[in-house]
Amino acid sequence: MILVSTIFLPLLGAAALGIAAVATAKAPDQRLRNEGLKIGALIVSLITFGLSLHFVFNGGAAVQHEWLPSIGSSFHLRIDGISLWLVVLTTFLTPICILASWRNISIPDSGQRDAYPSDEYPQKEKGAGGFLALLLVLETAMLGTFAAFDLVLFFIFWEMTLIPMYFIIGIWGSPGWRQTFLFGQVSERVYATLKFVLYTMAGSALMFAGILYIRMQTGTFDLTAIMEYAANTGFGGSAQVWLFWAFFAAFAIKVPLFPVHTWLPDAHTQAPTAGSMILAGVLLKMGAYGILRFCLPLFPEAAAANADIVSLIAVIGILYGALVAMVQPDMKRLVAYSSVSHLGFVVLGLFAGSEMGTKGAVLQMVNHGIATGALFMLVGMLYDRRHTRQIKEFGGIAKKMPAYTAVFLIITFASIGLPGTNGFVGEFLILAGSFMTEGREVYAIVAALGVILAAVYMLWMVQRVFFGPIKVKANEALKDLNAREMIAALPLIAAVFWIGISPTPFLDKMDADGSISNLTKPGTAKTAMVEPPPPMEQPAPQLSTPSEMDEDH
Amino acid sequence: MNLTMILLFLPLLLGALLNGIAGAKFKKSVSALIGVGAIAAAFAGALTMIPAVNAGNVNDQAVWIWISAGGLTVEAAFKFDSLSMIMALIVTGVSLLIHIYAVGYMNHEDERGFSRFFAYLNLFVFSMLILVMGNSFLLMFVGWEGVGLCSYLLIGFWYDRERKEGDSTWPAEAAKKAFIVNRIGDFGFLIGMFILIATFGSLNFDAVFNAAEGAPDAPLFLGQTPLWWACIAMFLGAVGKSAQIPLYVWLPDAMQGPTPVSALIHAATMVTAGVYMVARSHVLFDLSGAGGIVAWVGIATALFAATMAVASFDFKGVLAYSTISQLGYMIAAVGMGAYAAGMAHLMTHAFFKALLFLAAGSVLHALHDVGDIRRMGGLRGKMRITFVTFLAAALAISGFPLLSGFFSKDAILVYAYEHNMAIFAIGALTAGLTAFYMFRLFSIVFMGESRDKDLTEHAHESPPVMTIPLIVLAALSVGGGYVFLGVGESGPFYHALENVFHGEHHAASFFNPAMLIGTALGLVGIAAGHFMYKGKSAEDLQRANPIVQLWRNKYWVDELYDRAVVRPLKWLSRSALWRVIDKGLIDGAVNVSGALMNAVGSILRFTQNGMIQTYAAVIFAGAVLLVLLRLF
Repeated sequence: MILVSTIFLPLLGAAALGIAAVATAKAPDQRLRNEGLKIGALIVSLITFGLSLHFVFNGGAAVQHEWLPSIGSSFHLRIDGISLWLVVLTTFLTPICILASWRNISIPDSGQRDAYPSDEYPQKEKGAGGFLALLLVLETAMLGTFAAFDLVLFFIFWEMTLIPMYFIIGIWGSPGWRQTFLFGQVSERVYATLKFVLYTMAGSALMFAGILYIRMQTGTFDLTAIMEYAANTGFGGSAQVWLFWAFFAAFAIKVPLFPVHTWLPDAHTQAPTAGSMILAGVLLKMGAYGILRFCLPLFPEAAAANADIVSLIAVIGILYGALVAMVQPDMKRLVAYSSVSHLGFVVLGLFAGSEMGTKGAVLQMVNHGIATGALFMLVGMLYDRRHTRQIKEFGGIAKKMPAYTAVFLIITFASIGLPGTNGFVGEFLILAGSFMTEGREVYAIVAALGVILAAVYMLWMVQRVFFGPIKVKANEALKDLNAREMIAALPLIAAVFWIGISPTPFLDKMDADGSISNLTKPGTAKTAMVEPPPPMEQPAPQLSTPSEMDEDH
Repeated sequence: MNLTMILLFLPLLLGALLNGIAGAKFKKSVSALIGVGAIAAAFAGALTMIPAVNAGNVNDQAVWIWISAGGLTVEAAFKFDSLSMIMALIVTGVSLLIHIYAVGYMNHEDERGFSRFFAYLNLFVFSMLILVMGNSFLLMFVGWEGVGLCSYLLIGFWYDRERKEGDSTWPAEAAKKAFIVNRIGDFGFLIGMFILIATFGSLNFDAVFNAAEGAPDAPLFLGQTPLWWACIAMFLGAVGKSAQIPLYVWLPDAMQGPTPVSALIHAATMVTAGVYMVARSHVLFDLSGAGGIVAWVGIATALFAATMAVASFDFKGVLAYSTISQLGYMIAAVGMGAYAAGMAHLMTHAFFKALLFLAAGSVLHALHDVGDIRRMGGLRGKMRITFVTFLAAALAISGFPLLSGFFSKDAILVYAYEHNMAIFAIGALTAGLTAFYMFRLFSIVFMGESRDKDLTEHAHESPPVMTIPLIVLAALSVGGGYVFLGVGESGPFYHALENVFHGEHHAASFFNPAMLIGTALGLVGIAAGHFMYKGKSAEDLQRANPIVQLWRNKYWVDELYDRAVVRPLKWLSRSALWRVIDKGLIDGAVNVSGALMNAVGSILRFTQNGMIQTYAAVIFAGAVLLVLLRLF
C-alpha cells in the first residue's frame, strides 16, 4: 500500500490542486490563493518524501495486481536496490523545486519579464495552480518509471513524463524568440520543448518496437519473468543485438549521450527553474536507469560485446561536454553541457563491468541530481534577481551576496568532485571500477581528464561571476539569500556532505538485495566478450525471488 | 591515541566552522582567539604523539569505514609513526607561529574578512593533517585536494582585487590557475591509485607496501611494470603540488595571496606534500626504479627556478622561485633514495622559508604592500628585528656553516656525491646560486640607501605579535639543524626516522669533499650577492644582459603555455566543437530532419485535400493501372 500511495499521492494532490485552483480562480485575493496552492503542493510533496523513506528502512517494496491479463501485463511495481535511491532522489528534490519556484511562476510574453527582486511578490504571477499540479503529475510519472516492473507500465510512465514537462517548458519557460529556417520566428521555449519531446519520442518509438518484440518472444510484459527468460534462455544472437540498440537508443537520448544531446541545452535553458532542476536532477537519470534496468540484465551478451563502443561514446561525451561547457556565455547552458559530461561518467560506470563501477554510477546519478539540481536552482535565484543568465552581466557579486557565494562554491566543488563531497565518491568508484576491467583502462584514463576540465569550466565561471570588482551597476543592488532560499539550499548542502563523508550506507543499500552484484559477477563482462556465457549455469537475477522482498500488500 | 586525534582534528574543524559560518558577527579578538586556540590545541595534540610513537609501534586508528564497494574498502583511519609525527609537528608548529603572526598582519581587514581568513587557515591545517596522518593513499588524496581547496580560497582571499600595476596576474586569476594546475597533477595521482587498486586491491599503506615485493613484473605499458607506472603517475601529483617542472607555474602567481598564506601554504607546508608522498611511498619508489626520473625532475627544477630567482624584482617573487628551487632539492633527494635527508631539508626549509616570507610580510606591511625591491633599500635601520631575523634565515638557506640549512643541504649533497655525480654538481651549483640570489635580495632591501624615499620614509617595525613569531623562527632556523639533525646525522630526527626508512641512515664524516664544496660555493654566493648589489641604483639594477633578460621573463613559459594549450583549447571548444559540431552539424541535422518531415507532410497533404473528385480520379487511375498490369 505504501508503495502505491507514494507513487500516486502526488497525482492525487495534483488533481486536488487543479480543482482548488479552478474553484478559486475568481478569488478576491489572488496572492493569498496562490500562496495557499503552493503550500498545498509543498505539503503533498513533503508527505511523499516521508513515505518514500519507508523504502530506505525496509530495503525496498513490491506490489503486483492483475491489470491487463489479456495482453500479459500486470500492475507490477517494485523498488529494489537499483531504484531505491532514485526514488528517494525524486521525492527529495520535488519539495525543493517547489520552494525554489515560490516567487518565479510567471508566464512571460514575447518580451522580457518584469524584473522583481526575489523576495517581493511577482506582479505577474500566473498559472501557479497549473504549474504546481503539473509538477506533481511529473513526480508521479517519474516515480512510476523507477518503480514499474512491467514493460507496458514502464512505457506508460516513461511517456507520461513528457506531457507535464512539455507544458512546463512551453508555458512557463523563458521569454525570447528565435529565427528558424522553415517556420520563421518561433518562441524559444516552444522550439526547445518541441525539440525535447520529439527527440525523446524518436527514441521511444524504437524502444516500443523492442518491447513488442520481447512480448512476442517471451509471451509476457512482466519484467521479473522476462529477466528469468533472459537469464535462462536468453534472446537469440542478432535479435539480442537489435533489441539492445533499440532500448539503448531510447535511453541514450534521455541520458543524453553525445551526439544526441542537443535537446538538452535548449530545454534546460528555456525551462523555468523547477523544470531545469527536475530535468537535470531526475529526468536524465531515467535514461541511465533504463540502461541499468533493461539493457544490461536483459541483453547481457550484446551489452558486453558493445561495451567498448558505448564506453567510447561516453568518454567522448565527457570531454566534449566539458569543453563546450567551458565556452558557454550563458550560465544555465554551461551547467547543461556539464550534465552531458557528468552523465558520460555515469554511463562509463554502468558499462565498466565491475561492481565498483556500477555502484559508483548509481551513486553518481544521485550526486548529479543533487549537485546539478542545486546549480540550476542557484542560477535561477540569480535570474530571479537580474533576469539574465549571461556570465558577462555579472562579476564581483561575492561582495553583495556572501551567503549565496558560499553555497554556490560548495555546490561547485561537489560538482568538481572534491573529496569530502558526494561527487568525489561517485567519480572515483566509476573511474576505478572502469580501470579494473581489463581492456577498459584507457577509457578510465581519458575520462579522468574530464576531472581536470570540470575544474576549468566551473572555476572559470565562478571567477567571472563572483570575483573581481562589480562592473555592472545593477549588481550593486543585489540582495543575499532570503530565508526561503536558504531553506531550499540547506538540504542539498547537507546531502552533499552526508553522501561525501559517509557513502557506505548508500552503497550498501543499493546492493542489499543483490541487485547490483548479480549484474556484475566478477569477469562476466570480460568472459562474455570472448565466449557467450553458458545460459543454464548463470543464476537468475535475484529479482526473480520476490519472497525475499518486503511484499507490502 | 584518542585524545591525540581529538586534539589534532576537532578544534580545527570547529574553528573553521565557527569562524566560517558566524565569524562576521564576532569581534576580531574572538575570531583570532578561536583560530589561534584551535591550532594551539592541534600542536598540543601533535606533541602528545611523541611519547607514544617513540615507545613503539602504534596501530592505525580507524574512525569509520569511509568507502566500501566492490571489494575495495577505505577507512577513515590515521597512521601514527615517526614520519607522520614529524610532519604533524612541523605542520602544526609552523602553523601556530604563522597564525599568531596573521593576527597582526590581517588586522586591517574588517570582521568578515578577518574571520574568513582564520576559518580558511584552520581548514587548511585540518586538511594538511589528514594528508600527513591518513593511513591510505585515498585518505592522503583527501587531504591533498583539501589543501588544494584551501590554497584556492586563500590565494583568492582578496577576490575583488583587479590586476595591480606591474603585476602579471591578480588574486582570483591566480587562485583558479593554482587549482587547475594542481588538478593536472591530481589526475596523475588518481591514475596512480587506480593502478594500485588493480594491482593490490587496496590503497592502505601497509597492505600495499607489504605486498609490493610480490607485485607482478609483467609490463603494463611501454615495457614498464605496473609499479613503475603507479609511481610515475603519483609523482605527477607531486609535480603539481610541489611545483616542479613543468607544473611549477602556479606557485609564483600564488604570491597574490596574503603573505602569511605564502609562508604557511606556499612555502612551509602544503607544497612539501609531494616530498612527503614520495617519502611515504619509499617502498614503491625503491622497488620500481622510478626514482631516477624523480631525482632528475627535482634537480632540474632546483637549478631552473634558482636562475629565475636571480633576476626577479618582486620581493615575494624571489622567495617563490627560491621555494620552487628548494622543493626541487627535496624532490631530488627523495628521488635518489635519500629519504631522511629530503625530510630533513623539508623541516629546515619550513623554518627558514617561513621566516623569509614572514619577514617579507613585515617589510610589505611597512611599505603599504609595495613589493618591488627596486624601490626599497636601507631598511636595516628602520626595522631592526625584521632585518636581523631575515639575515638569519638568509644565512640558513645559504648553507652557512652550522645553521639549519647547512645540515640538511649537506646531507643531500653528500648522498648525491656518493650516488650520482651529475646531480651533485648541479646541486652544488644551485647551492651557490641560492646564496647569491638570497644575498642579492638582502643587500637590495636592507643595505645601502633607500631608492624611494617617499615610500620608505615612514617604514617602521611591526608590532610584537608579528615580530615574536619571527624571533622564534629565527631561533629554529639557526639552531634547528644542530639540535634536531645533529652533527654527522646523529640527531633525534634521524633517530626517529630510522624505523621508517630502514637502513638508509648513514653517518657521514663531518669533513668530506661534498660538504666542503657545497659550503664553499655557498660562501662565495653570499659574498658575491652581497657586494655586487650593495648600493646599486634602481637603474643599475634594471640593466641586464640577454640571459638575465630571459630569466627575468621567466623563460616565457607562461606565454608558451597560453599559446600552446590555453588558446588552442578555447578555440577548439568554441569554434570547432560548439559552433561547428554542436550548432552546425548536429542541430543542423535535427532541424533539417524536422523541416523534411514538414515538407513530406505538406506533399502528402495533397492526397487528403477532402475533394471527392480527386479521390475518385485517383481511384480511377489506380483501377486503370491494375487492369493494365493484369493485361500485360
